[in-house]
Amino acid sequence: MSKKQHYTITVNGKEEEFLAEPRELLIYTLRERLNITGPHIGCETSHCGACTVTIDGKSVKACTMFVAQADGKDVTTIEGIGGPDNLHPLQNAFKEHHGLQCGYCTPGMITRATKFLEENPNPTEEEIRFGMAGNICRCTGYQNIVKSIQAAAAEMSAVREAAE
Amino acid sequence: MIPAAFEYYRPKDMAGVLSILEEHGDDARVMAGGHSLIPMMKLRMADVGHLIDLQDVEGMSEIDISGNTIRIGAMVTQHDIIDHHALSAAAPILREAALQIADPQVRYMGTVGGNVANGDPGNDMPGLMQCLDATFHLTGPDGEHTVAARDFYEAAYMTAREDDQVLTAVSMPKPAGGHAYEKQKRKIGDYATAAAAALIVKDGFTCASASIAMTNLSDTPVYSEAAGAALVGTSVDDAAVGAAVAAMLGDIDPTEDNRGPIAFKKHVAGVILRRAIERAWSRA
Ligand SMILES: Cc1cc2nc3c(=O)[nH]c(=O)nc-3n(C[C@H](O)[C@H](O)[C@H](O)COP(=O)(O)OP(=O)(O)OC[C@H]3O[C@@H](n4cnc5c(N)ncnc54)[C@H](O)[C@@H]3O)c2cc1C
Ligand code: FES
Ligand code: FES
Repeated sequence: MSKKQHYTITVNGKEEEFLAEPRELLIYTLRERLNITGPHIGCETSHCGACTVTIDGKSVKACTMFVAQADGKDVTTIEGIGGPDNLHPLQNAFKEHHGLQCGYCTPGMITRATKFLEENPNPTEEEIRFGMAGNICRCTGYQNIVKSIQAAAAEMSAVREAAE
Repeated sequence: MIPAAFEYYRPKDMAGVLSILEEHGDDARVMAGGHSLIPMMKLRMADVGHLIDLQDVEGMSEIDISGNTIRIGAMVTQHDIIDHHALSAAAPILREAALQIADPQVRYMGTVGGNVANGDPGNDMPGLMQCLDATFHLTGPDGEHTVAARDFYEAAYMTAREDDQVLTAVSMPKPAGGHAYEKQKRKIGDYATAAAAALIVKDGFTCASASIAMTNLSDTPVYSEAAGAALVGTSVDDAAVGAAVAAMLGDIDPTEDNRGPIAFKKHVAGVILRRAIERAWSRA
């Protein structure tokens, strides 16, 4: 019934143009169409946050957005946050503080955490737990995730102060 | 989880929205944040042939506080409410309630309009709006209409809004007195087992007026006039709170589901309302 439409989405700074049906969920566009497989599918029902990406400055569950809604938008995934040769302070902190075990939730966790620290650069433990409540981890028990985010926040503050 | 196919529209103004609604009737539906609608479409419990995305429609995202009136555009998100300092100062109960809805990601997308128009008894804002005595602003082919939040809800997913009408804003008098939004949920991101919104105005040592509404305890939100009346003229002591709880229990009609049996829900409703009244009174 509905025909493929032409969409343009900027993902990690690169403009992507393609044809897709409007009902395609953004997580499938990213993973299967654009081969950007950092964002994961945990629940597919808007609960776990494994699929979290940043869209126009908001943390969004990409399993709960149609590709049509994202047309013309700017999307950032974990791939756009840092890579093996240029780890983001959050990625580094998760590595140093054992903020992951199986790693399945990690791309969503870190993507959400980048936005969270932007809004609240010096959070308390309670604020971290509340601000990260949309992301579920089945392995770590969260303690080391909280530690990692605290460490990254401290590191990023120090870098900011040094720059001032 | 692939929803059925649909035609997608992203009009820039209300005239565009209304003309698509008029052309396709029942087969067309507006979408705000999509965080209630998309899950239903994925489960194929909602079938939408023509989906009208409201994200680019002008004039629906403003928060306006002038004199004694607060007006919130339908596309204002829960995150916007939490983030808006003037609104939090004018009506702190809105922020307190919004912080208890869903999780951070959902709150960036979920809108006031979607939350109140949806008609799901689990949504938190309908009861909140009834407590605040809010007015819903609708626009349709016959122009603008207003409906009181207290008259809007008919049954689960049935409201006074016609299919060809769009909710553009909610407005309310700036609330006076002490407030509380109390919610019992199984975990963060869950809908309420029971929630209570309370506003209490104090005059000297007695309660001058009280407004109480309950969430997810009937197939609609429940504005309990009797519970409020039980507090008026009292010093909101234990006996008065007990009377208010008893009055509220007479107004709700919970059903058994995965949040528990009826007796449990009534018990939780009583506990939650008691807490809400005590907190609102302490702030009055
Ligand atoms: C994991 C999760 C947890 C949640 N937890 C809670 C919770 O605890 N409490 C709670 O209250 N909500 C909760 N929600 C729902 C969330 O707040 C929704 O986003 C909100 O209820 C609907 O807003 P929306 O903008 O997403 O609406 P949409 O999903 O876009 O629309 C919902 C319905 O309203 C209609 N509609 C939308 N806007 C308008 C308008 N302007 N005029 C007329 N009709 C309109 C649509 O046609 C649709 O039928 C949760 C959602 C998720 C995914
Ligand atoms: S896969 Fe999107 S929230 Fe779980
Ligand atoms: S590290 Fe395994 S789910 Fe979080």
